[in-house]
Formats: sequence, structure tokens, C-alpha cells
Amino acid sequence: MSLAHEFNALLAIGYRDLLKFLRDRSRLVGTLVFPAVFIVILGGAFGSAAQSGYQFEFQTFIFFGVFAQNMWQSSATGIISLIEDRENDFSQAIFVAPLSRYTILGGKILGESLVALTQGIVIFVFGLVIGVRMAPTQALALIPVAVVICLYGGAFGLILMANMNSQRGAQQVFPFLLLPQFFLGGVFTPVDKFNPVLAFLSRISPLRYAVDLMRGVYYGGVEGSAGAVLASQPFNLAVMAVSGVIFVLIGTAVFVRKERTR
Amino acid sequence: MQAAPIIKVDGLVKRYQKAERNAVDGVSFDVAPGEFFSLLGPNGAGKTTTISILTTTLAPTGGRVTIDGHDLATDAAGVRRSAGITFQTPSLDRNLSAEENVRLHAILYGLYPWRPTYGTMPAAYRKRLGELADVVGLGADIFKPVRTYSGGMRRKLEVVRSLIHQPRVLFLDEPSTGLDPASRRDLWAYLLEMRRTADTTLFLTTHYLAEAEDADRICVLSRGRIIALGTPAAVTTSLLDRYVLLDATDARALRNELSAKNIAWQEHAGGSQYVRVAANESDVHALLKSIDTPLTAVRTVLPTLEDAYLALVERDELDLGVTSGPAGIVLGALAAANGDGVAVADARVQPVAAGQ
Repeated sequence: MSLAHEFNALLAIGYRDLLKFLRDRSRLVGTLVFPAVFIVILGGAFGSAAQSGYQFEFQTFIFFGVFAQNMWQSSATGIISLIEDRENDFSQAIFVAPLSRYTILGGKILGESLVALTQGIVIFVFGLVIGVRMAPTQALALIPVAVVICLYGGAFGLILMANMNSQRGAQQVFPFLLLPQFFLGGVFTPVDKFNPVLAFLSRISPLRYAVDLMRGVYYGGVEGSAGAVLASQPFNLAVMAVSGVIFVLIGTAVFVRKERTR
Repeated sequence: MQAAPIIKVDGLVKRYQKAERNAVDGVSFDVAPGEFFSLLGPNGAGKTTTISILTTTLAPTGGRVTIDGHDLATDAAGVRRSAGITFQTPSLDRNLSAEENVRLHAILYGLYPWRPTYGTMPAAYRKRLGELADVVGLGADIFKPVRTYSGGMRRKLEVVRSLIHQPRVLFLDEPSTGLDPASRRDLWAYLLEMRRTADTTLFLTTHYLAEAEDADRICVLSRGRIIALGTPAAVTTSLLDRYVLLDATDARALRNELSAKNIAWQEHAGGSQYVRVAANESDVHALLKSIDTPLTAVRTVLPTLEDAYLALVERDELDLGVTSGPAGIVLGALAAANGDGVAVADARVQPVAAGQ
């Protein structure tokens, strides 16, 4: 078991997920439709009922929120397909290969991140079409941020998935864990004026840090953006790095243990 | 069986969480390199549990397993390198082409570096793939999506895939499930040919007794324990006698004559007027010569492995509720050690071991 072997296997497992996505037409269409609905309709709706005190434009604010949320969520829910694989017994074939379990799950996170990044590109182009404008340096800065957000979503998906027994169970539980984060994480609305309880819940929502990291790239130093960004980039990155590593370590341990000790 | 065993299973136990009894209950056996070994048993006997443990997808509760010298508990990666597996349920990725499935597998086993397309893969891989595609008769179809394949083709592809890293042991978990008879025959022709040329050890679980008849040895599990272990012929003859059915115009005279000559006989079950006399192949001629009553019918009955299997399982199920001792397991190990022997354990009565 050499490092090169593990690395090649990681790429192969990741690439398989990307191929599967690119060959699935209904998923490709869904990639565009849902974010479009969120950005155009919700942007308009929230914007017209704009809360006083903010000077930034709501559609752009929501665009970056949805941009981050979509990649994060796509990567997280993509990991569920490992349960689907398990039910189809495809994962058996992967799990009996002479590989570190971290390589297998790492490959899975890589694959779902590639899928989420592909979706991110589509959403980015869509944003340009509806009039979001940014400097080329900002656009370039979005790339590493997008990669980090995808990997973080994958890590979050892994720890959730490890604790699920069936795909049906996962599909029932995921909305409960994801939907509240849309609001607590500030995808659609600013969260700087929450009451203490909501503020606490917001702080423990992983999505909050992904969204804030994304907005920091655009709003950093832009005048009139007070309230759009919550924390500094290094702080958001640190929270994501620490919690992401914990998610992966615990998620892998739990998943492997459950896989073998039924 | 002179060589060191390639599979060594010692006192294997598996109890699933919240289960009331052990799914595998102290199973021990050895498999020699190049041997074709078949695990039989009714549903729930522990076959799939055993094969899952041997292939590292399930952790045992107790016992020790070594495969090709690798201890399952301490060197699972070594076991994985030595084993090829065809799972009971299809394990191909239907979104990918057959070639992509094989390529993924080859990379996961560290045979080649990852490349995004077939064309960019090393020449050695492309050559190997071409050979494999020809062996299974796929030809250029190897580049088509797996979902367009028939059940038989998929099965063959899975076997091809599980052999690409040239494993020492090939595990086949009910490989014929869901295949029509023609596909089944085709698959087996390929498997037996492959075994002949590559000298791979075959470890099979199956419901089809006809498949197990080709095995060097069979091991029958029932309720997690070994109830018989030996060559198919030994298991069959140790359990069921060969016998001859006789009939005569004067049925009474025939019976009287047999009794007078101290030849054990019994009425044949099923309401016919046949007389049943136990007789091995070598005894048949002598038996017929010794009978003076004119016979009108003679029928030699050879029990099949299926008859023996059903008798075994039926007998074991009659024993439900009786505390099972470790006798069958001990005998199983003995039989494994002497190779061609057969051990038949009965939890209720004294176990009988019949050497061949």
C-alpha cells in the first residue's frame, strides 16, 4: 500500500462521482433551476420587503449566499450517495479494496466537491447574467474559497451520513438539518440582528461560516456593506478547518465501525 | 492436501447486534491452495455471514481467520490483496461503462496510476483489458454502459473484474443467483477454465447443488454450525445408502427368499410393491446372482448430493431445541485435516465420522 496507490485511488473514486454527475441530465438541469429560483424570486421578494438599515443590494447579497449554500449543500448531500452505493452494494466492491478507509471517504468527498464546483461554475455564470458585477481579482479569489466550501460541505455530509442507516432515513433527516441552516446561516437574510437564542443557533450552524467566507470576498472593503459580513476571513477559515477535520475523523471512524460491526 | 492451507478458519463466531443466537457458531475449516471449496446451507445458515467475514466486510465476534498467511484481525489489507470477490448482489456501477468499472477496480488495487480516459491509460492496461474482453466475449461492447448488459454479462464482468489483480483466492457468493440456465452454464465453463489455467482457489457459496458437485470439498452449514464437511461423494454416501429396488411376479416368495438368505430388506416407501435392498455398486451383481426368485424389475438408485443435502438439513432441523455440542466442529476440523474424509455431526446422537 504505497502513498501513490492511495493517491491514485483517491482520484479514481472522486472522478467516478464527477462522471456520474455529468452523465445525469436531470441532475444537470436541477443544478441550474433551483439556484435560479432562489436568487431571482427570493432576491426580489426579500429585496422589496427590505429591512431598513442595510444599504447593500439584496439580490447580490442573496446571490453570494445561495452560491455558497448550493456548493456546500451539494457536496454534503452528495455524500449520501455512499449510502445509496451501500444499498446497491457497489461500496462493498470499493471497501474490500486494499485501501485506507480515509482514502475511500476522502475520494468520496473529493468527488462530491468536484460535482459541487461544477454546479458552482454554472451558478457563477448565472450570477453574471443577472447583473452581479465584481472585479477580476474578486472573481479569482472566489476559486479557492469555493474549493474550501465544497470540501467543508463534504466533511459535514460525511459525519451526518455516518450516522444514517438508510437512504430513506437520510432523506428524511437531511432537510431538518439543512433547511434551518439556510436561515440561521444567513443565506437569504442578514443574521446580525438575531435574538440570543437564534444567535447561538446561528453560531453553531456550519453553513454560516461557509456563506460568510464567500461574502467576505465580495463585500470586504466595499462601502455600505455593514451587516453583510459577520467575521474576518481568517476566523471563518479557522472555524471551518477545525470543525471540518473533526467531522472527517469522527465520520470516518463511525462509518467504518458501523460498516463492519453490524 | 500437503500444502499449508490458504484459508484457515478457527472457531469463527459471529453474533449480530441484538440477535439472540450466533449467526456463525464456532466454525472451523481449512482450504488448500487451488482447492474448489463450496459452502452450502439453507437460508440463514450463516453462509453469507461467513463469506462476509472472510472478505473483510464484516467483523467477527470471535475466532481466528488467516488467508494466504494474512491474519484477518491484524492485516486486513493483506487479506484484501489476496482475495477477489464476486458479491451476491451486483456490485457494478451501472452509470459507468464496463471498461470504466474494470479501470476503477484496477486502480483501487494499485495496478495502474489513475488516468481520466481509456486512451491515456498505460499500454499494459489496455492490452490486459482487451484480453479480458475477449475471454468473456464482450469485444468492443466493453465500452458500453453496464446498464445495457444482460444479467449474465454483468456477472461475467464482475468475475473478470474480481480477477484483474490476480487474487490467490476467488470468493463467489451465490454467483448464479438470477441467471438463466444458459448463462449459468456459460459462467461456470468460464470459471472452471479460469481455475484450471490460473490455479486460483475457489471459495463458493451456492444454493445450486449441481454447482457444488464439481467442488473438491463441500461444507454444509446449518444454524451457524458445520453439519457436514468432505468431498461431495463422501458426504453423499456417508449419509445415504445406494440401494436396489426389486420386484417379482411372486412378491411374497421374493421377500421370503431375502429373509431366508439374511439379506436385509425393507418395503419401499411410497406404496409401491418394490422391495428395497441396500447395495453399493460392487454388491449389485452378487446380490442379483444370489436371488433365485424370478425378478420382473431391478432398479439401482444412486442418491444425489441434493438428496444428501436435504437429508442433512432436515435432520438438523429436527434437532431444533437440542443443545448443540461442539462435536460437529471438532469433527469438521478433523475431516479438513485428513482431506478427503467426511464428518457428519448430529447434535443429538453420537457424531459419526466416516473416512474415505
